[in-house]
Amino acid sequence: MTWSRLRAKLAPYWLVLPAWLWLVIFFVVPTLVMLSVSTMTGNLLDGFKQTWHWSTYSHGWSLYHVQFVRSIVYGLIATALCLVIAYPVAYWIAFRGGRHKSSLLFLLLLPFFVSFVIRTQSWGFILSDHGLALNWARDLHVLGLLKDVHLVSSSGSILQTPVAVVGGLVYNFLPFTVLPIYVALERVDPALLEASSDLYANKASAFSKVVLPLSMPGVFAAVLLTFVPVASDYVNATILGGTKTTMIGNIIQTEYFTNSDYPTAAALSFILMAALLIGVFAYARALGTEDVLEMAAR
Amino acid sequence: MTALAGEALELAEEHPTQQRRRRRLHGRWALPLWGWLVIAWLCAPIIVMIVFGFNNYPGKFNTNWHGFTFKWYRHLFAIGDLTTSLENSLSIAAIVTVIATILGTLLGMSLGRYRFFGSGSVNLLLFANIAAPEIVLGAALLSFFLTLGIPRGYWTIVIAHVMFSIAYVAVTVKARMAGMDPALEEASRDLGAGPVVTFFRVTLPMLMPGVLAGALLTFALSIDDYIITSFNNGSTQTFPLWVYGASQRNGGSVPAQVNVMGTLIFGFGVLVAVIGFAVNREKKVRDSS
Amino acid sequence: MNSPLDGLPPDLVRGLTSPRLSRRRALQIGGLSALGLSLAACGIPAAPGSKLGLHAAREQITKFWMQHAKNTGQLNFENWPLYIDVGKGNDHPSLDLFTKQTGIKVKYDEGIQDDDSYFGKIQPVLAAGQSIGWDIIVITNGIYLDRLVNLDYLIPLDQNAMPNFYANASPLVLDPSFDRGNVYTMAWQSGMTGIAYNPKYIDREITSWEDLQDPAFRGKIGMFADIEDTPNSALCAIGVNPETSTEADWRKAADWLKKQRPLVRKYYQQDYVAPLSKGDLWISLAWSGDIFQANASGSNLKFVVPKEGAPLWTDNMCIPVHAQHPRDAMTYMDWVYQPKIATLLAEYINYITPVPATQPLIMADAKAAKSKDDKEFYTQLAESPLIFPSKADYSKLHRYRVLDSAEEQVWDSLFEPIYQS
Repeated sequence: MTWSRLRAKLAPYWLVLPAWLWLVIFFVVPTLVMLSVSTMTGNLLDGFKQTWHWSTYSHGWSLYHVQFVRSIVYGLIATALCLVIAYPVAYWIAFRGGRHKSSLLFLLLLPFFVSFVIRTQSWGFILSDHGLALNWARDLHVLGLLKDVHLVSSSGSILQTPVAVVGGLVYNFLPFTVLPIYVALERVDPALLEASSDLYANKASAFSKVVLPLSMPGVFAAVLLTFVPVASDYVNATILGGTKTTMIGNIIQTEYFTNSDYPTAAALSFILMAALLIGVFAYARALGTEDVLEMAAR
Repeated sequence: MTALAGEALELAEEHPTQQRRRRRLHGRWALPLWGWLVIAWLCAPIIVMIVFGFNNYPGKFNTNWHGFTFKWYRHLFAIGDLTTSLENSLSIAAIVTVIATILGTLLGMSLGRYRFFGSGSVNLLLFANIAAPEIVLGAALLSFFLTLGIPRGYWTIVIAHVMFSIAYVAVTVKARMAGMDPALEEASRDLGAGPVVTFFRVTLPMLMPGVLAGALLTFALSIDDYIITSFNNGSTQTFPLWVYGASQRNGGSVPAQVNVMGTLIFGFGVLVAVIGFAVNREKKVRDSS
Repeated sequence: MNSPLDGLPPDLVRGLTSPRLSRRRALQIGGLSALGLSLAACGIPAAPGSKLGLHAAREQITKFWMQHAKNTGQLNFENWPLYIDVGKGNDHPSLDLFTKQTGIKVKYDEGIQDDDSYFGKIQPVLAAGQSIGWDIIVITNGIYLDRLVNLDYLIPLDQNAMPNFYANASPLVLDPSFDRGNVYTMAWQSGMTGIAYNPKYIDREITSWEDLQDPAFRGKIGMFADIEDTPNSALCAIGVNPETSTEADWRKAADWLKKQRPLVRKYYQQDYVAPLSKGDLWISLAWSGDIFQANASGSNLKFVVPKEGAPLWTDNMCIPVHAQHPRDAMTYMDWVYQPKIATLLAEYINYITPVPATQPLIMADAKAAKSKDDKEFYTQLAESPLIFPSKADYSKLHRYRVLDSAEEQVWDSLFEPIYQS
């Protein structure tokens, strides 16, 4: 083989090499290291030794299964809410945006130029017991109503309740839901809609039989990109949450930094990752999407 | 995610409205109303942040309105640690953008153009990287550094940020590359240009929007990153870390300088986006004329 | 250096210059001085001391400080946030004064957010035998200070270089139970953990730990997510002195906390003051200095030392091993115990100063103050029992339980789940 042909054959590998190396060294290997740490025993003073102590996993689960389940539940609720909020907005911009599509999208994404820690703290400020939200509720005399539907706790607070945490999660991850759905809707050929109306479909069935199925890959991507970060978040729970809203992310962070219990922390991280991956693949199966990887890798 | 944002915006530009016929008119207000409500809800905390950057509050807590002032703008750099953390964030983001863009572009080009042995597993690697929760990425890297005894600080933050940014750049560039006509590169090769020259004079300019989108995305992700950074920062502070720390310490008082900095970064981002729009629009006008 | 006897070991010379030797003989022997030096062991050898005893340790310490007898001109000081005076810009007048008076430049950083994460950060570095880059660090008495001492990560202080300390330190911090003899530490500031409440929402007087369990305050109670303050306060609440508490007591305290849990709004880090001022909390576990500072900047909160007793903690200056400028550290640590300097710091920091002699000096500043606000502030400061607790208060204040590593495991497993889950 000539030198230049060899070079051409190897070209893809040379191009891939630096990034691939970086990812292997700083992503793949650390994940394996974390796996090995999860079976170590020891403490900060005496050091940690590999002892193949797999019971750390069951111990971690028995201690914290409540937080795990809670995180998944919050994740599902927040994702569902995100979908409900995001789909109409994406539809509105894609089909009714007209000339202003890009401006509307831009307006939608604008708030996310600000650091999400600041945004979440702002919510903490707005939702405090004597803050803007509750003052308005009092002025509009709807506070009792809100308490009845449990949006506000019986002591008159929104902060430190699950409502605040889930609200924060929905707020912070909404763009992750809107954008994939928008991209999918945008690709729907308007000719198809015209064809369906020529065939006497009304608006509702045009939507349910044409638009919705075509947007499913986008919905799948949206669910993936929303559910995973939401279930593993801990910042919202720290800033907006209280004693009964602790998520598994908080526990992992505490185990790493306050308790220096690295094996338990590593084990919990693995359980979380496994749960999320299984959930994602199960969902992909259910949807029947072949191009799970393709759609999700966008 | 920002691959999507870029793509979404591009699609929005390319597909202006096709509907001419109006059918039923009632009920049409519901959708726009919903849309505008959502946009208002999204902007609410930003407006609060901007407004309270002008609050003339005495003492420690920026909670009640006490009157309008510019003094926080004047004393923007009064808190040494906050300024340092902002500087760190900006410098880290700059370095990370350069490294991740280069590595990610090369990777994306290769995946978009070639089908080679192992390309499937590389794609899987990228997917895993994007799909993995941040806390797992950060915790794994921390375990790695702890086991090797590597002290955490500025450079471990850079390493971590590059690690999660490569995939986003690669995916963006790959999409762009896959949509590119290989005929142009072949033509350049036929005209005698070597692969390097072809790259710099043909491929790269055509990839540029994707590369720039990836770079912008990386910069934004790096500046705003909290979770992965908090695991690997040692004692180096970045802007989100400092703000989070301030809210958890000092009695829970976040100084107004944070609001001002947030406002300025926001304004800067808006400016960049607006300029980007204007340039893009002008280009389209010129291209179509 | 005229005599050939010069440079010879003294005992050999003594032997040599006894009258029996002729001068010539002496010279001959002198010529063998090179060989003879090995005879220096001639004479009665000293009894070999054990390297394990206190005397050997003291000798080591003395030797160390003799080797570091001079200031190098640089000091790296790592502290907690808002724990030193701040001037108009971002400077610290007391540090500037220190530089002026001693010529030592100070690099000051506020990198210590809490003891556990800070310990987690420095432990691997110190374990690897490296310097953490700081000469003075400030650690609260408790688990982490005990660990630092037990792992020999702290340099014992030069007891001969602490005149101001021994002259002016308050009995609360002199020879404390967690560092007998002040071998490793000099107090920076102390504080009390008690109850703070907002009188706007709570009409009655708060006097007891039981008030933190009052069902009328459901959802408005704050506690700390802290392994020292929360458990030790609970021990005080059940009427036990934490310093002498037993495992059975700990279980009772944990039950007290579990009973309280449904009423607690949140287990805070150190961010409880804002919610307390805003009305999100009506009553909370609190640190004395935080409340004083909040009131000084406009809030109207009350702080109470409950009648059952309350924890007293001290943040201590200490020198980590491999510090590069230990002598400069000693110089600074003793320098701040001069009443004038201590006053400078106390007027800003508003915690319990380790130098009681500051009280009259603050009163003097109050008298000399020009503006009404300053006058009021200094008077408040000088008269506040939060800054200068009375002798009666002393008896109600208790130190944290000192734990060895086995006890620590039990303690952690009892209390951590309460605020971590």
